[in-house]
Amino acid sequence: MRLGVVINPVAGLGGAVGLKGTDGRDIVTEALRRGAEPQSGLRARHAFEILARACPGVSVLAGPGQAGVDWLTGLDLDVQILPAQPLLGTGADTREMVAAMRGQIDLIVFAGGDGTARDVLAAAPGLPMLGIPCGVKMHSGVFALSPSTAGHLLADLLAAGAGRSSLSEVEIMDIDEAALRAGHIAPRLYGVASVPSRPRRMQAAKGQPGPRDDQAALALAAQEIVAGVSSDTLLIVGPGRSAGQVISALGHVPTLLGVDAVTPGALIAQDACAETLKALVAQTSETRIVLGVTGQQGFVLGRGNQQIHADVIRAAGGRGALEILATRTKLAALAQPCLWVDTGCAALDQSLSGYVRVRTGPGETQMMRIRAA
Amino acid sequence: MALNNTGHPWMALSAPGAIEDMLAEIGASSVKDLFAQIPEDHFRKAPLDLPPQLASEMALKQDLLGKLKKNHTCEDNLNFLGAGVWQHHVPAVVDEIVGRTEFATNVWGSYQSDHGRNQAWFEFSSQLGALLKLDVVQLPVYSWGCAIGHAIRMAQRLTGRSRVLVPQYCDPERLSVIHTYCQPSEMENHIEVVEVKADPATGQIDMGDLRDKLGPNVAAVYFENPAYLGTIETNPADISAAARACGAETIVGVDPLSLGVMMAPGDYGADIVTGPVQPLGVHMNCGGGVGGFIASRDEERYVREYNGFLVSIAQTQREGEFGFGLAAAHQNSYGSREHGKDWTGNSTYLWAIAGAVYMGLLGPEGFRELGQLILSRARYAQALLDDIPGVRVLWRDTTFKEFVVNFDDTGKTVAEINDALRARRIFGGKDISHELEQGQCALYCVTEMHSAADLRHLAATLTEVCK
Amino acid sequence: MTTPREIQTARWNEPVIHQLGREGARGQRFPAPEAELPRVTLPESIMRTDRPDLPELTEFEVQRHFLHLSQMTLGMMGVSLFGTCTMKYNSKTAEYATLRPELAEIHPYQHPDTLQGVLEILHDFDLILRSLSGMDQFVFQAGGGADAAYTMTAVARAYWADRGELETRTEMVTSIQAHPCNPATAAAAGFKVVNLPLEENGYPSLDALKAAVSERTALVMINNPDDMGIYNPEIKEWVRVAKEAGALIFYDHANFNGVMGKLSARELGFDACMFMLHKTFGAPKAGGGPAVGAYGCTDQLAPYMPAPLVVKTGDRYALDDDRPKSCGKIREFWGNVPQVVKAYAWARGMGAEGIDLASDISVVANNYMDHRLAQIDGVVRSNPDITAPRMEMTRWSLAPVFEETGVGTFDFANRMADYGIDPWWMSHEPWLVPEPFTPEAGELWSKADIDLWIDVVAQIVREARETPDLVKSAPHNQPVAQLKGDVFEDPEKWAMTWRAYLRKFA
Repeated sequence: MRLGVVINPVAGLGGAVGLKGTDGRDIVTEALRRGAEPQSGLRARHAFEILARACPGVSVLAGPGQAGVDWLTGLDLDVQILPAQPLLGTGADTREMVAAMRGQIDLIVFAGGDGTARDVLAAAPGLPMLGIPCGVKMHSGVFALSPSTAGHLLADLLAAGAGRSSLSEVEIMDIDEAALRAGHIAPRLYGVASVPSRPRRMQAAKGQPGPRDDQAALALAAQEIVAGVSSDTLLIVGPGRSAGQVISALGHVPTLLGVDAVTPGALIAQDACAETLKALVAQTSETRIVLGVTGQQGFVLGRGNQQIHADVIRAAGGRGALEILATRTKLAALAQPCLWVDTGCAALDQSLSGYVRVRTGPGETQMMRIRAA
Repeated sequence: MALNNTGHPWMALSAPGAIEDMLAEIGASSVKDLFAQIPEDHFRKAPLDLPPQLASEMALKQDLLGKLKKNHTCEDNLNFLGAGVWQHHVPAVVDEIVGRTEFATNVWGSYQSDHGRNQAWFEFSSQLGALLKLDVVQLPVYSWGCAIGHAIRMAQRLTGRSRVLVPQYCDPERLSVIHTYCQPSEMENHIEVVEVKADPATGQIDMGDLRDKLGPNVAAVYFENPAYLGTIETNPADISAAARACGAETIVGVDPLSLGVMMAPGDYGADIVTGPVQPLGVHMNCGGGVGGFIASRDEERYVREYNGFLVSIAQTQREGEFGFGLAAAHQNSYGSREHGKDWTGNSTYLWAIAGAVYMGLLGPEGFRELGQLILSRARYAQALLDDIPGVRVLWRDTTFKEFVVNFDDTGKTVAEINDALRARRIFGGKDISHELEQGQCALYCVTEMHSAADLRHLAATLTEVCK
Repeated sequence: MTTPREIQTARWNEPVIHQLGREGARGQRFPAPEAELPRVTLPESIMRTDRPDLPELTEFEVQRHFLHLSQMTLGMMGVSLFGTCTMKYNSKTAEYATLRPELAEIHPYQHPDTLQGVLEILHDFDLILRSLSGMDQFVFQAGGGADAAYTMTAVARAYWADRGELETRTEMVTSIQAHPCNPATAAAAGFKVVNLPLEENGYPSLDALKAAVSERTALVMINNPDDMGIYNPEIKEWVRVAKEAGALIFYDHANFNGVMGKLSARELGFDACMFMLHKTFGAPKAGGGPAVGAYGCTDQLAPYMPAPLVVKTGDRYALDDDRPKSCGKIREFWGNVPQVVKAYAWARGMGAEGIDLASDISVVANNYMDHRLAQIDGVVRSNPDITAPRMEMTRWSLAPVFEETGVGTFDFANRMADYGIDPWWMSHEPWLVPEPFTPEAGELWSKADIDLWIDVVAQIVREARETPDLVKSAPHNQPVAQLKGDVFEDPEKWAMTWRAYLRKFA
C-alpha cells in the first residue's frame, strides 16, 4: 500500500487571525500580514511520526518542498518525491500534485481544510483520501479527528493489510467564505469521496447489530418512496447522494450536485434551475420534494439547493410534500438534533417548521424537528 | 430508601456504613438526593408485597429443595416422553464444564480475554459441522423452532418468495413458532405456510403432493429427518432435488444424535440445516434446555443471511497463534435487507459449550454406537408393544427413536392409559390423539436410556393397563 | 490514585480439539445392545457410510482440554463494570438446586401432578414480578431480553388483529437510544419503525412523540432510564400521549436495577413490561444465554400472551394452554426454567428490603464511579450539561484522550484485560458519543473493586499519553495476542468450522 502526501502549507492560516478561511491568495497574504504562522506542515509531520514509529519504512510519494517532503525528513519512511514544480500558493498546487500522483498511490493523505479536500477531489475523483485536519473550515467527512488520530488510523490500516480495509463514502462540503465572512453559513456539497474506515477490531458483544450499510438501507428506503407514488407524481430530487437514491431507484444517474426532476416513468429534467422547476410544478397535480441533509449543520433547504425555490415548495404543498432521506449515522452526528430550512421566505420557513419523518431505511423513519434558520 | 442494618452476602456495599462513606465522598447528603432525576409522583405508591427475605443460604436452599422435591423425575420414573425434549445420557464431564463459573459468567469479554470460551464455541460448530458435513454452523438460537423460523426467513430473503412448504406431521409446538416467525397474513412480509401431505402408508412426505405444491412462488421446502413422529425420510435427495428444480431452498431439520447412523444432510442436498441442541449433552430441564442450530454450505449468499453469531478462527499478531472472533458480524446490519430484519440477542450459547464437550467425548465411534443402540432399542420396543392386544405401532420399523402407538382397539383413551401408567411409575408417550386423525395415539420416545428390561417392563405394564 | 498491577492469565496454547487425540481413543462408551435386541440396518439411501470427522480423545483428555479453555476465559474473575448488563453474583445455591434431578430430569409434558414443585416456583415468581411491576400476568417463554421485546410485538399483533386494526396499526415508535432489539424485533415482526432522536434534554422530546404517534401507531417501546443513565421525567405524559392515540406502550425494563422497588410500570401507566432475569435477577447470562426475558402485561393484554401460563386453582398448580386469542408460541415449551428458578432464588434471597437496598447501592455506586471518573483528565461524561446524578449506569466518552493520543475505546478495552478487568462495554449502535464507554457499578462490587477499575482507566490514560503503542498492541498478558481482523469479512478466509479451515488453508 502506497500513500500520497500533499500538504497545503497555507491551510488554516486564516483561522488564527480571525479570517474565516484561507481560500485565495489575497487572503493568504492578508493572513500572513496579520502574523499567522503556518501550522499544517507541523501537524502533518506529527501524523507521520506516529505512522513511521508504528510501521517503519512505509512507502510514501510526497509533494515537493513545503507541500510535502520538507515535513517528512528524518522519519523512518520510504519517501519518493514528486518531480518538483514551482508552487503557486493556491489550490492549483494541490490539484496538479494530486493529478500527477494518480495511478501511483492507493490513498492520498492531505493536510488542509475543506478547500484542499475539494481540490483533491477535483484532481482525482474516486481516489480514497484522508484529511489531516489543518483548515479553518472542516465540514467534509474526510478528516480524521486530529493529526494523531490520522497517524494511528494510517498505522491501523497498514497493519490490517492492504486492499481489505473497507471504504466508506463521505461528502465533500465547503462553505462559501465570502458569505461566511458576511455572517451566513452556507455549506455546499461538492461531491463524494471515499475514506478508509477505521478498522473495527473487536466488539460485537451482546448480539448488537454491527455498523450497517447505511446507503444500502437508504437505497431500499428510496425504493419504498418510488413504490408509494402514483405514475404521474413529479419528484424533485436533490442534491446529494442520499436523495439521489430515488433517482437511482428509477434507473437513472442522479446529478449529485444539482436537482433533478422525474416521474416514475421518465426523467424530466437534470440539474434543473429554479425556473424549470417552477414550470414543472405548475403543470403537475402532485409533487414530492426529495431532500438530503447536509452533514453536521443539518440543512435540508436553502443550502446548495436554492433551485428548489420557495414558490416551488409552496406549489408542491409545503411540509407535507417533503420526503427526506438521511442515514442514521448522519442524523446522529448533527451538531444540533434538528434540521434547518432557509428558503428565503420567512413565512414559508415558519410553516415548514415542526416534526417530519426522515427515512433512514426500509420501513424505518426518524422524527426530526425542522427549524427556520 | 432502604434501611441498612446488616450486610448481605451478595452486596459488598450493604455493610453498615459503606453507603454513607460513598455519599460523603460524592458530597451527597442522602441516597434520595441521587434519585433527583425521578419526579416525586413517579415513585411507586403500592408497597412491595414480596415473600420474606431468605438471606441465609440454608434457608434459601431449604425453600428451593422443599419445592423442587414435589416434582417427580424421569430418574425415579420410567419416561417415554420426547417430542422436542428428549431424555439422553448427559456425561458428567459435560456438567462439570458447563458449570465452570468462567463460562456461566455474566460478562461478555473480548476475543482475547475470553479466548477459551470462543474456542469452545468454535469447536461446537466444528464438530457439528463434521456430523452434518457442512462448513458453516451458527451458534445456537433459542430453540429448534426458532432456528426453523430464521431459516425460513433466510430463504425468503434469498429467493424473494413468500411461501414455505412444511410437512403435514409437524410438531405443533414447533409449527406454532414457525407461524409466529412467518408473521400474520395482515402483514406485508407475511410468509404463507403450506402443509404437504404425508403418505399414509409411510408417514413420509407425499412426493406427488410436494410436486403439486412446489412452484415459482415457493421460497423453501422444510422437512425433518427423522421427523416429528419418528419416521425417516428414506429418499431425502429426491425432496431436495424437487425443491432445487423450482428454485426453492431445501431446509432440513435433523436430530444430531442420529448422525452416527443416518446420512449427513450435507450429502443429500440440504441447503440450510436446523436441529435441536438439547440432545447434545443438555438435561431436559423441564424444556428449559432447548436450543436450535442453523448450518449451511460456506457460500457467501447463505452466510450473509445468518441472524446471529458465526465464530471464525483467525490468526493473532503472535506468529503461529490462533484466536477466534465473529465473522460477518456486519451482516446483522439490521434494516439493510429487502425482507424483514431478524434480530439476535442473548441466546443459548452455554449449550454450545455443552455440545462441544459432548461431541468431543463421543467421537465418531460414540455417535455410531449411540445411534445403533437407539435404533435397536426403539425397534425392540416397537415389536414388544405391537404384540400387546389392542395396541398397534404405526409405521413400524421405519423410525429412529420415536414412534406412534395406537390404542384404539383397547377401548381406552391415551389419557386413561397414561394415568394408569403414571400410577405405576411410568410416564407414557405424549398424547397426540388431538393432533392426528388416527384415533387414540401416543408418541413414544425410546433412547439409549431404556434397557431391554425397561422396555419389557413397559410392555408388561401396558399389557396390564390395556386389559 | 494507586498504580494497578498487571496480571497474567493462563496461556495453555491449547490446540483446536480436532488436532488432539488419536484414532481409536474413546471418551464415552455406551452399553452393548442386549442380545435380544434386533440388529437394525437403515436403507442405503439414508444410511451413513462415512465416519464423521470428529476428534477421538479419552475422557480425561476432553476434560483437560475444556478445563484449559475455561481457564483461558477471564469471565469476570476480576472486576467488571460492564454496563447495560448489570454484573451480579450468580448464586451457587441456586445453580446447584437446578442441577438436581428434580429439575434437570423432568419433562415439560409430564402430567402437572408430577410437576407441582416447579409450577409452584414459577407461580410464586410470577407473583413477585407482578408486585414489582404492578402487571397482572407474566410469562417466561422468551429466551432473552430481545425475545421478550419480540413477545411484545407478537402480543401487539394479536391484540390489533383481534380488533381488526392490524392492517392499519403498522408502526412502532421508539427512541434512537432504545436497545436495538426493540426496533429490530418490531421490524422482524412486520412493523415499520419510527425512531425519535434525543434532543436537548438528553431524551426524546414529548413534541416528537406527539408528532410520531397517530392512528397508525400499534406500539411504543421505550427504556427509562436509558443507557446514558438519564431518566425521562415526562414518561407519564408519554403514556398519556400514546394512549390517546390508541397505541399500546411497553416499558423495556432492561435498566431496572437502579429503580427496582422504586417504580411500578403499571402505576406509570404502561400496558406491559419486560425484566431480564439473567441480568437484574441474578441468573447467570452464561456468555450469551440461556436467558429469560420475563414478559408481563395487564389483564387487557393477557389473553394475547404466548401460552402456556401457570395457573393456581385451590392449592394445585396447572398449565393453561387453552387460550384461543394467544399470539402463538414464540419459542417451544415454557422458557428456560432453570433460569427462572435461579431468578426466584435471587428474589427470595434479596427480599423486598434487599431489592430496595440494591437499587440504592447501584445508584450510589454509579455516582461514586462518576465522581472518580470525572477526575481523570481526558474522559468526559455524555450530555455534560445534564448535571443531575445519573441512574445505574453512565455513558462516558474517551474522545479527548483519543484526539490527543489516537488511543481509542477499543484499545482501552483490550488493555484493561491486562489488569484483570473485563473489557468494558462501549455502546449500542448508533454511537451517539464518540469513543464511548458505559460503565455500570451495580450492587455487587466493593468500593475497592470500583476504585481498582477506575485506577486502571486512569493508568491506561497515562499509558495512552506516554506509551500509546503499548495500549494499541494490547492485550499482552492474555491467553492470546490481539486478533488480526482480516478474515472476518472475507469469504475466502473466514472459517466457521475446522473443516472449512482445512479446506481453505491446509
